[in-house]
Amino acid sequence: MERLETGIHAGRLSPAEYDDNFSDLHPRLDKHEALVASDRCYFCYDAPCMTACPTSIDIPLFIRQISTGNPIGSAKTIFDQNILGGMCARVCPTEELCEQACVRNTAEEKPVEIGRLQRYATDTAMNAGKQFYSRAASSGRKIAVIGAGPAGLAAAHRLAVKGHDVVIYDAKPKSGGLNEYGIATYKSVDDFAQKEVDYVLSIGGIEVKNGQLLGRDFSLSDLQAQYDAVFLGIGLAGVNALKVDGESLPGVEDAVDFIAKLRQSGDKGTVAIGRRVVVLGGGMTAIDAAVQAKLLGAEEVTICYRRGKEHMNASEFEQDLAASKGVIIRHWLAPKSIVAKNGAVAGIEVEYTALAEGRLVTTGETGVIAADQIFKAIGQTFEASGLGALRTEAGRIAIDGEGRTSIEGVWAGGDCVLGGDDLTVSAVAQGRDAAESINRVLAAGLQPAVAVA
Amino acid sequence: MADLRNNFVGIKSPNPFWLASAPPTDKAYNVERAFKAGWGGVVWKTLGEEGPPVVNVNGPRYGAIWGADRRLLGLNNIELITDRDLQTNLREMKQVKMNWPDRALIASIMVPCEEESWKAILPLVEETGADGIELNFGCPHGMSERGMGAAVGQVPEYIEMVVRWCKQYTRMPVITKLTPNITDIRRPARAAKQGGTDAVSLINTINSITSVNLDTFSPEPSIDGRGSHGGYCGPAVKPIALNMVAEIARDPETSGLPISGIGGVTTWRDAAEFLVLGAGNVQVCTAAMTYGFKIVDEMISGLAAWMDEKGHRTLDDITGRAVPNVSDWQYLNLNYIAKAKIDQDACIKCGRCHIACEDTSHQAITNFVDGVRHFEVMEDECVGCNLCVNVCPVENCITMEGLPAGALDERTGKVVESTYANWTTHPNNPMARQAAE
Repeated sequence: MERLETGIHAGRLSPAEYDDNFSDLHPRLDKHEALVASDRCYFCYDAPCMTACPTSIDIPLFIRQISTGNPIGSAKTIFDQNILGGMCARVCPTEELCEQACVRNTAEEKPVEIGRLQRYATDTAMNAGKQFYSRAASSGRKIAVIGAGPAGLAAAHRLAVKGHDVVIYDAKPKSGGLNEYGIATYKSVDDFAQKEVDYVLSIGGIEVKNGQLLGRDFSLSDLQAQYDAVFLGIGLAGVNALKVDGESLPGVEDAVDFIAKLRQSGDKGTVAIGRRVVVLGGGMTAIDAAVQAKLLGAEEVTICYRRGKEHMNASEFEQDLAASKGVIIRHWLAPKSIVAKNGAVAGIEVEYTALAEGRLVTTGETGVIAADQIFKAIGQTFEASGLGALRTEAGRIAIDGEGRTSIEGVWAGGDCVLGGDDLTVSAVAQGRDAAESINRVLAAGLQPAVAVA
Repeated sequence: MADLRNNFVGIKSPNPFWLASAPPTDKAYNVERAFKAGWGGVVWKTLGEEGPPVVNVNGPRYGAIWGADRRLLGLNNIELITDRDLQTNLREMKQVKMNWPDRALIASIMVPCEEESWKAILPLVEETGADGIELNFGCPHGMSERGMGAAVGQVPEYIEMVVRWCKQYTRMPVITKLTPNITDIRRPARAAKQGGTDAVSLINTINSITSVNLDTFSPEPSIDGRGSHGGYCGPAVKPIALNMVAEIARDPETSGLPISGIGGVTTWRDAAEFLVLGAGNVQVCTAAMTYGFKIVDEMISGLAAWMDEKGHRTLDDITGRAVPNVSDWQYLNLNYIAKAKIDQDACIKCGRCHIACEDTSHQAITNFVDGVRHFEVMEDECVGCNLCVNVCPVENCITMEGLPAGALDERTGKVVESTYANWTTHPNNPMARQAAE
């Protein structure tokens, strides 16, 4: 295969180039680097980084533990709050969370490398096979968790710790949810998502049933009848449609499918990519798809976003990463139609946009960008069946502060609930907190509605 | 331009930075390199008696403690005096002095506490053309077990006796090097003066164990599973050394006795502090052992720049300038009231001042004001202790501000007085002297 062959082809690069392109984005700090990085932490009181972390990890403590040569103790500090601390260390937009809050930004515009230090500690413990938790005496209670993603795994683990028996149902052949299927390959190398699933499940008391789709293989009411409580961590299964001409042409794909396919392929040389690729959208998914398209050997990759840079959901860091890989990010362009040639994608007609009195409007100016492949990354939607009368709001599951849904005995968390921010770390926090809520209810032997008499 | 030329008990050197008697001054090769780098003088590593030289351990000789970024803060040494033949050292000293006539070359000496031993070595040293001798009464390890080094320095009568012999048997200036491993540094200094010493130098190293290996339970440095206390030096010992220098400088019995200041001098600023506390020059070792001889460039240029900025022309203009301000606690002005002040623009909101004050001191710093993270001193609680200044990671973010006379101290409700008043006259002091009527 020639590197610049027009059309969608696999094998544009040499095996060495694929290996290089899909290696670890930020390799783990070695011990010396970790000591130097940890030295910079001021051990702040009531630390702003800790407040900024959705899972409230005691960051100053875990960094101090690294600096004193106690990475195992450090890992426990992390896992106590976030059992998926290993993946969060890789995928958290730390530049918008803990590291943004770091007081070193004020001091010298360079935060402590919290994310990389977290990875150092969690990797050290996981590589040593160190387990920190054991199950409490069996409660005799059984809880169903739907979805083996970050929210479901976090909930299952915390429930198992409390002595409950957990069964996780997941539609996909592998567990991990977006950690397995939705994250750019270079952020989670060496099959880390599966290793982490194994690590979480090794506590025992958690059974996973893969290939089980809610609404097809079982319904929520089926589970309610069999279990003492149900936790829904079902994520967002649907994607928004583009609703323009040519959307069904070969060469037009959902970015999430492309990302998943790439993650599951052992040999990146088998994944076909266009010579010219356009990605529609402005979030992390758009960046992940665009960067990886480039890494697969696409000559020209353009992100088209219909609003301005300041409106993009992708973090500044992610935007810079894309730019550094040669991705062109264009703003104020909306898709108008997909141009076909010989039954395949040949380009995309875009229309310029602007804000008029706060509303996004098209200006009437148009242009065409040549492309043989188009990825849609214009948002995911909550899509599920088999949930019965479960109340949704604004297209997501409505929950209260503890993760309780409108149905007694049913909790929910992660991307599927209203008010989330679509972050792995937030899903973990919600799963963990819902598990605590479930445990409180079960421990009291009461249903919440009855408790308030 | 400041004149850094140094005249210490008649020994002239182009600057006041000497290398202390230690591994860096072990032989001609090192000393030549030091002089090329610009050092004003060296105290040659301690010579022993004629005959088979001492032997050193063949394992690690140094232990250390580190600060952030593995910056070396304290070093510990179990090396003994020179393990080279006396004649070799003497020959090299003579050659080096001939090569570098403008630099100071001092011979450090340690021989048994017997008159004959000192009488025998002094003419040999004198013959090299050395500018002076330094009596090693400080080495705290190994040699002290054999009745030398610190074993002598810990007995004022021995110090006086040996100094007297030296003054009797050589025309060279005598510098007596003191050990800090005693309870009152003034006693050995007085004894040295009594014996007729020309100067004292201090401090030698401090007995120490820097760390213990928690796998083998051996102190570090570990020699085949065992460790011995060593001599502690480096930046960590500077405060101890400064105090001892000041104690001798302000003691009426030794006031005016020339002092060569030693102990953790790492920068020009450290050197200046020793000088203003009464030292006539300084000796450096650990800093050179950490960074190499080149650091003397920074010391020379930094000291000169500071002197120029402040209008001090010569070293005599600065030596001892801080001594009158070193006081017994009882004479400190209790009417002086200071309060901490936090520069809100410089504050990075780490909260360390708050938690230090809240947990361990006087509960005088806020952490939230009107629901916002905000650190501010509550003057009605602040006793002016300075802890917040010391724990703040940003320099000059927190400062201590003295209240002017007439201002209200919100903590005590009293007006600040302009007069000086100390503990000796304080009403709470049962021993207070009656104020003169």
